[in-house]
Amino acid sequence: MKRRDFLKSVSGLAAGAALPAVPQVVSSAYADARSETLLIVSEGGPNNLDIHGVGTNVPGYEVSWNCYDRLISHEMKTGPGGVPYYDRDKFKGELAEDFRIDDKSVTFKLRKNAKFHDGTPVTAKDVKWSLDRAVSVGGFPTFQMSAGSLTKPEQFVVIDDYTVRVDFLKKDRLTIPDLAVIVPCIVNSELVKKNSSEKDPWGLEFTKQQTAGSGAYKVTKWTAGTEVIMERNDDWVCGPLPKIKRVIWRMVPQAGNRRALLERGDADISYELPNKDFQEMKANGKLNVVSLPFSNGIQYIGMNVTKPPFDNPKVRQAVAYALPYQKIMDAVMFGLANPMFGAPRDKPTEVAWPQPHKYNTDMDKAKALMAEAGYAGGFETTISFDLNFAGVNEPLCVLVQESLAQIGIKATINKVPGANWRTELNKKEMPLFTNVFSGWLDYPEYFFYWCYHGNNSVFNTMSYKSAEMDKFIDGARTAAAAGDTAAYDADVKGFVDLAYTDIPRIPLYQPFVNVAMQKNISGYQYWFHRRLDYRAMAKG
Amino acid sequence: MLSMIGKRLMFAIPSLIGVVIVTFLLTRALPGDPAAYFAGPAATKEAVEQIRKKLGLDKPLIEQFYRYTNDLAHGDFGNSLTTGQPVATEIRNRLPASAELTLLGLIVSIVIAIPLGVLAATRPGSWIDHLCRVTTTAGVSLPVFFTGLVLVYVFYFRLGWSPAPLGRLDVFYSAPPTVTGFYLIDTLLARDVEAFRSALSQLILPATTLAIFSLAPIARMTRASMLAVLASDFVRTARASGLSPTTVIVTYAFRNAMLPVVTTLSMVFSFLLGANVLVEKVFAWPGIGSYAVEALISSDFAPVQGFVLTMAVMYVLLNLVIDILYGVIDPRVRLEG
Repeated sequence: MKRRDFLKSVSGLAAGAALPAVPQVVSSAYADARSETLLIVSEGGPNNLDIHGVGTNVPGYEVSWNCYDRLISHEMKTGPGGVPYYDRDKFKGELAEDFRIDDKSVTFKLRKNAKFHDGTPVTAKDVKWSLDRAVSVGGFPTFQMSAGSLTKPEQFVVIDDYTVRVDFLKKDRLTIPDLAVIVPCIVNSELVKKNSSEKDPWGLEFTKQQTAGSGAYKVTKWTAGTEVIMERNDDWVCGPLPKIKRVIWRMVPQAGNRRALLERGDADISYELPNKDFQEMKANGKLNVVSLPFSNGIQYIGMNVTKPPFDNPKVRQAVAYALPYQKIMDAVMFGLANPMFGAPRDKPTEVAWPQPHKYNTDMDKAKALMAEAGYAGGFETTISFDLNFAGVNEPLCVLVQESLAQIGIKATINKVPGANWRTELNKKEMPLFTNVFSGWLDYPEYFFYWCYHGNNSVFNTMSYKSAEMDKFIDGARTAAAAGDTAAYDADVKGFVDLAYTDIPRIPLYQPFVNVAMQKNISGYQYWFHRRLDYRAMAKG
Repeated sequence: MLSMIGKRLMFAIPSLIGVVIVTFLLTRALPGDPAAYFAGPAATKEAVEQIRKKLGLDKPLIEQFYRYTNDLAHGDFGNSLTTGQPVATEIRNRLPASAELTLLGLIVSIVIAIPLGVLAATRPGSWIDHLCRVTTTAGVSLPVFFTGLVLVYVFYFRLGWSPAPLGRLDVFYSAPPTVTGFYLIDTLLARDVEAFRSALSQLILPATTLAIFSLAPIARMTRASMLAVLASDFVRTARASGLSPTTVIVTYAFRNAMLPVVTTLSMVFSFLLGANVLVEKVFAWPGIGSYAVEALISSDFAPVQGFVLTMAVMYVLLNLVIDILYGVIDPRVRLEG
């Protein structure tokens, strides 16, 4: 190119670059599409469409829940504030039209008219293959299945084309609830087998990219990190036909923009906003904001009990008296949480979890306990938190740091990057930290088994070990399986009391799940997994 | 000239090999354990080990490196764990989004900054010079995410002139068939005028945000370089010969002042392409910057390596293009190896 030509073309380019202002075009087809479409905006999206996949993230669970069916599901009841809430104790058939439970097994009769998205009927061999897959692939799905004593493929028996039996390994109250969580979803076995390979016998690579289920929705387009588009499966038979035809789920990383999209009426639903935004949206009343407590979930301050100074129960009690509970509720949570502190002195322990402990902010008592423990001069330590949840964790830790300084504990704040948090928890070396635990299965003994039992699971972040505690927890599990209510109640009260006297972890509050939606959206249901169920939702 | 280009490309190979080694080692040196991260919140130690094995992270480093380079040689950048997709596909899909936005931002910026710089240089100390100084200082001192948020707040939330900041197209339009990956071009090729308008209106705010930020280096560089050229002998001679001020400034001074400006442009472009993460975050733009940062946060090695490598290749190519442009603008500059 000659340089004169080049210069000419440069000036031409500059002239052509003047930008016209463009008004937004709204055509009528566009308006129609809107009324049948649900537009969801959230921070993160799925990384895998199959919950059995390697490292499927939480948004991926939402896709699985809506695009696959399970044998059974929960009935609904009315929860706090009149919001439909899953009923922990009542089950209904989903792919199963009928099921019978006896002492050693449960038998499911499948619906004869249920079909996968590609039109193949759902039969017993699909059920068997899917459950085998869940207990065999390893990682999270297998772990979740084992929580309900479902560990071996031999437990799943095909009786005829439409009958399946699940044998119990041992008597466990959690087996049936565990069949109603997201993991034991039924997959189109023929389709997936066709697309599997020797290296990948369960076809995980195939189901990662597309849904191969029989559920009420199917994924028609997925651009990772950008959007998921789901269309209704008009042949779905496991419940009333959903009203929403199409779900568009967009990832909008900026929380402020998600709020702007909601308030402008462009988006229908959002969650994962800062508490302050939810509280303000609640107050101005333009949108429906639903806030419900996490079932079986608690944010807490944990202390490593294997090393001084927190191996001393007096020090732990001192910390429990020094925490600024109410300040955290007001300034960090903006009231969107259930307090888990300051129960009246004379309140009897309930057979329930979570329930508040009796500690309150009382600096004099805290100082006295520190002196008793021989730490009148205080000590230095670090308080760690997960940066992925910095919005809550950071101000919380700053408040805790301030309060602890008043009883002589100098705590340095240690911010742990999200990718590193689990590694750090697994090492069990952090002396003082804050974290959340919540269990899908809403039973006290389930929570305590993971968080306080001496088998020292990853959630026993304090490395707490006590023979007495283990006896209570194991006792409660056995009693629950046997249906011995009196023994069960005594054991639950026993482990709650012990957890609060020994206080290796100090509950702060039960967080809320907050969902903001337009006024014309109805049918939100609270589920144990805390994600959306589109099947019940309606617009207009 | 072709042999010169070939020679230049040959010289780039050692630096690319260096980039491959360094990114591989750096990603391994990151804190955080991808196996623990992707095993999920409820994982046991055994589950973490199972994942580690599946990801091939239990192998010695040298073997991991061998496998990585072997895959690279076959054009396989590996799989991203956070998005679950092959890295090469993701980069191919996302690079045009970033490039379209950056180019448009740069064009807007050039259209404003170069005339502003030239005018400021021809009338130093005048009001236009002060205007130039104030706008550029303001533009560069406002953080991009702040400018972006303010623009969204004013033009979308308050005034409602701009469409929702939801990425490259309105949710109810489908993307045009991919030809260039640039929606503005692809929608026109598909003769879909509505989608073109939608794509353009989605671009205006983020492109403006980038333009405001990149005004300063371009305008300042144009001004400084114009001042130097205007003070030189040949301009004085041209003026003394009675040429009109327009001819002197446009034909003689401006062309000679372009060299440093073009260098700055290349710097600004490559900088914007990699660093417009914040703009991409604010406008939910499916670009390459936000992709790399998300991968970094979750210790997801493959995309980080792929991103750095792509950027390195782009730098090499961009520098080559700039060197060729030098020769076109100023025949005295010769392309040397």
